[in-house]
Amino acid sequence: MSNNDEYILKVEHLKQYFPVKKGLKKMQLKAVDDVSFAIKPGETLGLVGESGCGKTTVGRTLLRLYEPTAGKITFNGEVIFDTGEQYDENGKVIVDASGKPVLGKKIDKKMLPYRKEMQMVFQDPYSSLNPRMTVEDIIGEPLDVHGLYNTKEERREKILELMELVGLNAEHAMRYAHEFSGGQRQRIGIARALAVNPKFIVCDEAVSALDVSIQAQVINMFEELQKKLGVAYLFIAHDLLVVRHISDRIAVMYLGKIMEIADADELNENPIHPYTLSLLSAVPIPDPETARKSQRIVLEGDVPSPLRMPTGCPFRTRCRYATEKCAQERPILTDRGNGHMVACWNK
Amino acid sequence: MEQFKKRQFLSSQIDLSKFNADSFKKATDDEKKQQDVMGESTTFFKDGMKRLKKNPLAMGSVIVLLLLVVIIFVAPLICPYSYSAFTQIDGRRDGTATNLAPFEYSMREQEYMDKTGKSLFPHICGTDNLGRDYFIRVIYGTRVSLAVGFVSAFMVLIIGLLYGAIAGYFGGTVDLIMMRIVDIIYSLPDMLIIILLSVVLTQRLEPLLVGTVFAKLGTNMISMFLVFALLYWVGMARLIRGQILAIKNNEYVLAARCIGTKNSRILRKHILPNCLSVIIITTALQVPSAIFTESYLSFLGLGISAPLPSLGSLANDARSSLLSYPERLVVPAIVICLIVLALNLIGDGLRDAFDSKLN
Repeated sequence: MSNNDEYILKVEHLKQYFPVKKGLKKMQLKAVDDVSFAIKPGETLGLVGESGCGKTTVGRTLLRLYEPTAGKITFNGEVIFDTGEQYDENGKVIVDASGKPVLGKKIDKKMLPYRKEMQMVFQDPYSSLNPRMTVEDIIGEPLDVHGLYNTKEERREKILELMELVGLNAEHAMRYAHEFSGGQRQRIGIARALAVNPKFIVCDEAVSALDVSIQAQVINMFEELQKKLGVAYLFIAHDLLVVRHISDRIAVMYLGKIMEIADADELNENPIHPYTLSLLSAVPIPDPETARKSQRIVLEGDVPSPLRMPTGCPFRTRCRYATEKCAQERPILTDRGNGHMVACWNK
Repeated sequence: MEQFKKRQFLSSQIDLSKFNADSFKKATDDEKKQQDVMGESTTFFKDGMKRLKKNPLAMGSVIVLLLLVVIIFVAPLICPYSYSAFTQIDGRRDGTATNLAPFEYSMREQEYMDKTGKSLFPHICGTDNLGRDYFIRVIYGTRVSLAVGFVSAFMVLIIGLLYGAIAGYFGGTVDLIMMRIVDIIYSLPDMLIIILLSVVLTQRLEPLLVGTVFAKLGTNMISMFLVFALLYWVGMARLIRGQILAIKNNEYVLAARCIGTKNSRILRKHILPNCLSVIIITTALQVPSAIFTESYLSFLGLGISAPLPSLGSLANDARSSLLSYPERLVVPAIVICLIVLALNLIGDGLRDAFDSKLN
């Protein structure tokens, strides 16, 4: 990760804590805790993990829809946000003699110009479109906000072009969102994200709300658009099969932290982290013969509350390889060859 | 083509023998273009109005209300009687013109008409116990009631909308403080405050109004507007705050922020249109409720001051002579009913027209 320009988006030590009041006690919910990853132009990074592990928050925080608690976000070689903490090679914050972190330069750029480059497709196609607006206005809003046209005809032309691109009938431009089916609505959402011609799109569970046949259509469309326009995706999902299909690389998240990150095939064939192993074993296998032979790794217990995180490794309470060291020190992501990064002491 | 002929009379097969080779030519580009019909670009407002026009009940109510408005402006120009003065003949007070039935002339009027041969304008609703023409009093009463209703509904809307929108959109501490103020106002007994305010305000306002346009309206009317403005916006503010709280958590608001939309545009384009139906309904219902409040204030002597009538005070005055002259209660009551019913139906129609989720 030496050359910044190699990546379209680079996230380092991103943290997002939400203040929570529990009775009189004020606590912090660590939704995203020290997450780092990078995405190359035209690449798809899949982000998987169970519900509530902070996948969506990662997507929203790196677009700065939430104000990050700490971390550094670099987009296209430009630092757009940095709280200034510095880290040593073990991933620990460098502190001075009094125990305060040594702060570098703080950077907090205005997001408006970057909104044109980074967009998002939302999970729920029913609530992500304003019921009061026609399709034309929904897709046209980013054009309005960024002033991307000179005449009304030009605006209309662009909207129709976008609708065609995502496979919507141009005659439906005057209709309201509720007149469409789920798949069509998701296409409207995608057209809205594409309107500003972004280089990077966060797909936040973009296909989870659709049924399987429509999922396939929309995923194929995502792939075609990537070929045509060269956009990079952060593809957030909880369905490993879908992610495996679309992603170049996959990151596995657990309780706000990345556990393992590797090329899609590598992760699939050679998973290292015990959590990834159990996730992969839970993927349904369409062939009953193989399914009977394969062994399901069932995790014991529940996900700990993000309000009361276990010390050390967050996964240690459910991990069968857990040792003393796991409770004391948090493992950091280390390269196991070919960019296969794993955060585990034992494996 | 012959082999495609229908074999059986009832078969649903298309009878191709009627066509020839020309019928199956490819369409030219011009013909194809005719198929690309695109709907007219309409705004949200235009679309809603189009739907409203298709609703016969709402349109009927609009017509009734417009008719009433025309009548209250035109009738005083035609009708020679005044709402405050006694019926006069040749510049002299007609003492016999009290308590007349509808379309009845008094003894003196009858004599005058017989003598001169001229016809006098009839007392359409008769006269009251002081000899004032009742029709013109009802007309003026309608004017006052409608003015009170619309002006106070408008003030409630403006104050409630601004207050509720700010509290709901910014949330947090701002919301907390603003809503506690609303709670305090809510917990005060309405009637007591209204009585206190009207007494105090009437005295305070009197010297201020002399010589201004408001002097004509009377201090009571002004203080009543102020009372509505000060007390009745809280319900509206609460309602709008609740709506905005619910709407701002929708993903489309997040999507708009993701696009880079400014706060003011988000409020204008995404949040307000989505609580428009609630705003319209509440405002439409605020009008009749203000009319009712005005009439019971008038009954207590705190509302519109005599001789200016309002529909409420007319109805109240008629109670004492209900058995002898029932028409004096019936006429203003019918007018109140018409106004309130029309406004409610219009409100319903507006909601149906502007709530695209219902269609």
